[in-house]
Parts: sequence; C-alpha cells; structure tokens
Amino acid sequence: MKSSVIIFPGSNCDRDMDVALKKFGFKNTMVWHNDDKLPKSDLIVLPGGFSYGDYLRCGSIAGKSKIIKSVIDFAQGGGLVLGICNGFQILTETGLLPGVLLQNKNIEFICRNVFIKISDKNNKYFNKINKEILELHIAHNEGNYFCSNDELKEIENNNQIAAYYCDEKGNCDNDSNPNGALKNIAGVLNKEKNVLGMMPHPERMIDKYLSGEDGSIFFKNLLNNLKI
Amino acid sequence: MTVNEKVAIDHGLKKDEYKKICDLLKRTPNITELAIFSAMWNEHCSYKSSRKHLKNLHTKGKKVIQGPGENAGVIDIGDDDAIVFKIESHNHPSFIEPYQGAATGVGGIMRDVFTMGARPIANLNSIHFGSPQHKKTKNLLRGVVKGIGGYGNCIGVPTIAGQTNFDESYNGNILVNAMTLGLVNKKKIFYSKAAGINKPVIYVGSKTGRDGIHGASMASAVFDDKIEEKKPTVQVGDPFTEKLLLEACLELMADDSIISIQDMGAAGLTSSSVEMASKGKLGIELNLNKVPCREEKMSPYEIMLSESQERMLIVLESGKEEKAKKIFDKWDLDFAIIGKTTNSKKIELYFDEKKVCDIPIDFLAENAPVYDRKWKKIKLPQSIKFKKQEFKSLKIENCLKKLLSHQNICDKQWIWDQYDHTVMGDTIQKPGGDSGVVRIHGTSKAVAASVDSSALYCFAHPLSGGKQIVCESWRNLISVGAEPIAITNCLNFGNPEKEKNMGEFVECVQGISEASKYLDFPVVSGNVSFYNETKDKGIKPTPSIGGVGIIKNYKNMISMDLKKSGNIVLVIGKTIGHLEQSIFAREILSEKKGPPPEVNLFNEKNNGLTVLKMINEKLVESCHDISLGGILVAISKMCIKSKKGFKLNQLKGLVNKFEYFFGEDQARYLIEISKENLPKVDKILKQNSVHYDELGSVIDKNIELSDEIKLSIDDLEKIYKNWLRKYMLN
Repeated sequence: MKSSVIIFPGSNCDRDMDVALKKFGFKNTMVWHNDDKLPKSDLIVLPGGFSYGDYLRCGSIAGKSKIIKSVIDFAQGGGLVLGICNGFQILTETGLLPGVLLQNKNIEFICRNVFIKISDKNNKYFNKINKEILELHIAHNEGNYFCSNDELKEIENNNQIAAYYCDEKGNCDNDSNPNGALKNIAGVLNKEKNVLGMMPHPERMIDKYLSGEDGSIFFKNLLNNLKI
Repeated sequence: MTVNEKVAIDHGLKKDEYKKICDLLKRTPNITELAIFSAMWNEHCSYKSSRKHLKNLHTKGKKVIQGPGENAGVIDIGDDDAIVFKIESHNHPSFIEPYQGAATGVGGIMRDVFTMGARPIANLNSIHFGSPQHKKTKNLLRGVVKGIGGYGNCIGVPTIAGQTNFDESYNGNILVNAMTLGLVNKKKIFYSKAAGINKPVIYVGSKTGRDGIHGASMASAVFDDKIEEKKPTVQVGDPFTEKLLLEACLELMADDSIISIQDMGAAGLTSSSVEMASKGKLGIELNLNKVPCREEKMSPYEIMLSESQERMLIVLESGKEEKAKKIFDKWDLDFAIIGKTTNSKKIELYFDEKKVCDIPIDFLAENAPVYDRKWKKIKLPQSIKFKKQEFKSLKIENCLKKLLSHQNICDKQWIWDQYDHTVMGDTIQKPGGDSGVVRIHGTSKAVAASVDSSALYCFAHPLSGGKQIVCESWRNLISVGAEPIAITNCLNFGNPEKEKNMGEFVECVQGISEASKYLDFPVVSGNVSFYNETKDKGIKPTPSIGGVGIIKNYKNMISMDLKKSGNIVLVIGKTIGHLEQSIFAREILSEKKGPPPEVNLFNEKNNGLTVLKMINEKLVESCHDISLGGILVAISKMCIKSKKGFKLNQLKGLVNKFEYFFGEDQARYLIEISKENLPKVDKILKQNSVHYDELGSVIDKNIELSDEIKLSIDDLEKIYKNWLRKYMLN
C-alpha cells in the first residue's frame, strides 16, 4: 500500500508519521506543499504541527496551499485522506470536514494521554478494529471541536462522528473531555467516510517503550482494511 | 550624536572603560563604534567578572569533543553520534515580559545547538520564581510556561524534563534557564571560527527590526523602579521562522558549503561578526545597506545592536552562494550577501557608502576588560543541635503531608502538561521522573538529561552547594540507568561588584569544579548571568546544572515507579539524618540556619557506580535518588507514581525518626529489588563497601509503619498533585 505525507512549512509530526507508516508496511512518500501533483497513493496524510505558523487561524493558510487542491480532488474522488491534529484543523479549513477546532477550554496547551471510544466502524479506518477504547496521546492548543446544532444533527444522523473522548471504561463525560470539545468529539469523518480528522496522535504510540502502543492497533487495522 | 563620557556611561560602560576605548583607538569613537564596544564589553558578552574563575572549571574528558567556548558543548556517545548541548539564561527579559522572554530563551538555545549542525532532540528548563504569595508570581509563572511551550511546541522538539522552584529571593528577579540537546554526526560538526579571505558573509533568517536593542546591556545591569520602561529591549520570538531556519540550515549543512556559522544572539550582528572574525584571526567587512531590515530608515547603530530573533550569519565557501540561496528561497527566508572576510583583522562597516566603523577585532575581543573582583570567603555555618522536645509535638504523618504539598516538592504536571513532551516519537521517560530520556532515533541508544539547582545549600555554603548540585545531577542520571557523561552550567548570581555575591560565585564555581573533576563529569558549556538584583536585593546564588548521560540499550532504562508488591526497597548510602538546611528544618522547625549536608565525593562516586552496575545487571526494578525532603518524601513519590503502597520496617536502635525520614544526607538512592535478588545485591554492595538499609517492602496500598503511620496513597496523591493546580486556578 502506498501512502503520502504532506509537509507544510511548520509541520512537525511529518517524520513521526513517516516512521509509523513505514513500520506497519506502507510505502510512504513525503510530498512538499509547493508541489501541485500527488504521487499515486492509497492514503494521504496531513500531519500534525503548526503549518505556516498557524497564523491567522490554525490550518487556514495550509487550507489554501498549492498542494491542497490535489488533496481535495483526491478526496472527492473517494481517496482516503487522514488528518491528525493540525491535519484535522486543515481539513476543516478546506471544508472537507464539518465544524471547527477552537482553542482548548482551559486556554492552555495540553499534552497527555487520553482515551477515545470508537463510535463508527463503518469506514476503512476503524472497520474490524478489535479494541473499542484506545489510549492515545494528544498535544494541541486548539482541539476543542465545535459545530452548529444543525451540523451536529447531520453528522450524528450520518454517523460521521468517528470517536469520542472517554475515560478508561468508556464513559464520556466532562471529566474525560480534555479540551471542551462538543459532545466529547475527538474525530469526525466526511459523509462518504473516506476523510478522517482526529486530534489524537496514533503515530506517537507505536511501541511499548513510548507512552503506549494503541497507535499500532490503528495502523495495522487501517493497512488490513486497505488490503481488502 | 557626539560621543562623550556621559554617552558612554548611558551605554553601560564605566568611566575607565570609556577611557580605555579612546586610548586603544587613539581617538573618540563614533556612536556606532561606541555601541559596538558597549555590546562586546558588557558582562553578558565579555564574561569580564567571571572569566578568571571559569578557567578553573574542569572541562576535559575522554568523551568531550568540544568544551566551553563554542556555541555549545559536544560529547561523543559512540558510533558516529555526538550530542551537542548547552543551558542558557534568559532571566532579565523574562521578568519584564514573561511570555516573550521565556520563548526567545528557548529559541536562542535551540539556535546555539543547530548552529553546530545538530538537530535538537530535547529541551529542558530550570525556572525559579518568587514566593507564591508575591503578587507577581502567578502571572510570571503562567507567562513563562506559556512562552516556553509556545516556542518549543511549535518547533516540534519535546520538552522532557525541568525544575521549578519558588523562593522569595526571586521576587524581583525570576530565573529562566533553557537547555537543549541536539544530535549530530561527529564528522559533520560546524564551528564558529571563520577561515579564508574574501569569503562571502551571508545573512539569513528573519529581517532585522528595532526589537531587543540593548538587550545584552540590560542583562548586565541591576533592575530599578523603571524596569517597565525596558520592555522594548525584550526580543519578540517567531518559532515558525525558527523552524524554517532550522530546516534550511540543516539542509545546507548536508554538504560542505559552510565554512563557519554563528547565530545572532545577544548583541546580534555585532557579536556574531566579531566572534567569527576573532576566532579565525581575520577581519570582516560588512555593507549595512545590504542587511534585510523590517523597518525603514534603520541606522547602523540600530542594525548592529538589534536582537531580532531567528537570524544567522554564515561564512560560505566562494561559489556556493547560488546553491545556498536556493535552499533559503525554498524555505521563504531572507538571504543576503552582506560582506566578506578580509585580512585586515578589523571590523569595517559601511553605510550609505561611508565607513561608519573601523575597529581592530582585538580591541573588542582580546582587549576586553577582565576584572579580578574582590570576593569574600563564606565560612561553613555552625551546626545546630535540634533538641528532643522540638520533635515531641510533631507527627510524622502531618510532616509528610505538609512537605508533599510544599511548592518546591509537589507535582509539577500543570507545567509539563503544557509542553509537548512526546513529539519526535522517541520520548521514553517523560517529565516527572529523575531524568527525561529520549532514544537516539533508529538506534538502541538513549540519552538521559536532567537539570538541577539547590539555592538554599549554595546560599548557606557555596562551596558545598556547588559540589552538591553536580552530585545531584549525577544521581538523577544514574537513577534512570544512564552513565553520566558531562554537564552544562548556568550560573545565576547577584551583583558581582559586591564582595559577598562575588564570593558566592567564586566558591560555587570551585565546588562545581571539584565535584565534576572527581566524578569525571566535565563541564562542556554554559553561561553566566550576573546582576540578578532589584533595588539592592539579590537572588540566592543559583547555579543550575544540566547533566547528560547515555544509556547503551534503552530497554535497560528504569524509572521510579514501584513495580511489584512483595519487592523490597533498600536505602543505598548512609543515613545520618542531616536536618540543617533541609526543607523539613525550614518548613516544620522554622530553622533556616546551619550547614548544608556534607558532600563526600568518594561516597557519591562509589555509591553511584555501584547502583549503576546493579541496574546494568538487571537487579534493580525501580530507582529514585533521595534529595529534597529525604527518604519519606522519596518513597512517597515512588508510591504515588505507581499507585502502590509501602510497609516501612521498624527502625533499629535509637535513631531519631524525624532525622532518619527527613534528613537530606547526600549520596543516597532508593532501589526496589525482588526478594530473590537480595543475596546478589547484598554481595555487590558489600564488595564495594556500600552501606545500605532495608527500608521495607512494596504492598498494594497505604504507606504504613506499625501503628504510627497509615496513609492512603490516594490521599497522598491528592495532596501531592493538587497544590500547583489549585494555586494557578485561584
């Protein structure tokens, strides 16, 4: 399977993502933001970081960058596009995903482990995943998901909410919500379920010596689903 | 503007220094030249008060590739890998403008590291604030933490460890010391020494603005009532540009285009150009009209003194200009050829086709004043005998609770939650342990790093204090299973023109030197920050020591959380029960006098190496050094981290329990071992003549000592973890 990771100026999880994808068997290519064509890929990843310094608004300049047009075309053609952290913010800026990511409720950067509960498995990312609650890592200042009531109704009806923040046992409440996200939303999909954005970083949790290894489950499962 | 003595004094120069300048030049300098002298001769850049004593530091060792004198120190960690590291202060700007001051401190130290060709792989910091009750403390803490995070998080370098202390002596002068470690191939290290004549001098990075002018002179003076007016001297950071600069520099460094490179830190273009030329024994000629400026009509004076951030000066190999420019264009950074190297051994500046500066480099560097300042020796304070009745009304449980919630012991997660500590995917020990640990990407190796200070000990007796911090740094590295390699020091002191302060400096340096020599733990880089003084009130002497160690196989790293019920914990090293200068004496007995704990370097080395040997033989399950608060605080932290309990053995003999549990004797560790391994461990310890006590055993919950202590771990955890969060919320 072939993947591509886009490098924007200011991306800083691009290498981590490259390492993770290769570890689990993807043939990965790094793509520069000023390119206009994507290499042939089964998966495009927008990595975490501070693209273009996150000036104006997180992800807004990246959402207008040269390569983004090809990413949008690829997504609209049904290709898989995954945005992690800043990547998620960029995807909302492009309109590929609904909603916005506001500043964390406590107005502080948050870096720590969280639990998420997979909500929708009817997609290539989580289909057949053998664990309901994953322990992943977050590191962001703007991860507080928000959308209008109408949009919320729509994404709920379409099962577009990919994952919720929860506690170890799967309870979604205020205490298990790290950043104030609406309804504890940690990740969302587009209507067609080929575009996923989420705040947690699976690429930081890929062996037992790190903060955990539930990220491995995510990548292995994704690769298996792509092979089908 | 005409230059005279008054103008010189306004620039921070002393009368006789101004006279010396006129004598050297055999004329009156113009204003730009005066500015250049004032920038190069201030304390921050010239080390004029400290140089004499810094020479006594122990700086050599088998693994030292580069000691002090470069942008950062370099150590060999085997194969072709080397670690570049340094700690630096950004105290004065952080007090005036905490967010930008701290942020640019982090930015500056990272530039020092990648200037040498190394990719930064870890950040650390040591921050000191005034009393929690002081009206400024909370905002300063919040601003500094946000600033450190704001910069490091954006660049994408994990902040893996740190230290935060509160003491009223920092009420008017906080300390912000930032440390960075970078990884470099030891055959591709870049230095600041220029070489060759007529080589192009290149300016890259951000444009030059009017920010930070006189920053270095501000850092060389005491504060008064008018510090608010100094805000414009604080630099403004842009981590995004620094990230681009980092990537562009590393890309250019992949081949041999660069002859020398220097970041524009304190005193900006002035110190970077002078240092490159001075080290290469060359001259340098710059056309200031070519310098990319952010603002219109900037004068040569402003251009030379600006401390705008994220800028580098490079001497390129001739003919490589086009290739280099392409790389900086790709990263959208300014690139300008602003001059060339010459054989004049002078710094010659041109502006609007006029020569605006003509100074022999030697006058600025080698002829800079060096002072042998008067200093006062500080005697070891007399011992204090604590009387039995002083302990009578005390309960161990209450004392422990009080200490665990003390601002200098309690959990600092509120702080490090705001630092990205896992980016780069190699952090295997997060903040909150004895040392932070990151893997060397793609290898089985890891580096451990910690940063320490003990201002109370240094204040009571600088010589002992200086030794003690080096030892504590060494213990923190050993406690995670790392072999200690070298240190960097950030020497924060008051006004060196006062004999007492100068004495504190001289003797701390002596202590650091003695300990680092004995432990073969050399100093490879560092910085001195004097004049941490406001309205005649100086800080306690606060040298911060950043230690770096190596773990050959990261799978052998250990941590301080207890692993298994039934295991036993040993106290390695002898406990006499030294309470003077301990946090117990200060907070519980309200006694501030007496000598700090004695440092026995033989025991430090012997105990440390023996513990390391046992860790390497996989006999140790967890380990924690015993420092502030003594044994009971140390074991409580191990329990809280693992949510396990502990049953303490009854103490033998007539030991005073308070002295045993809360004394701060040095050279001690707690190690957890399995019962089966006790005979092996006992044998090794006896062979090496290391004293040990059996403290007790790991149980499922509670800390217990017969009917005297029974504390639930949940309660202790709350006490330990809540103080800072509550303080910041209120």
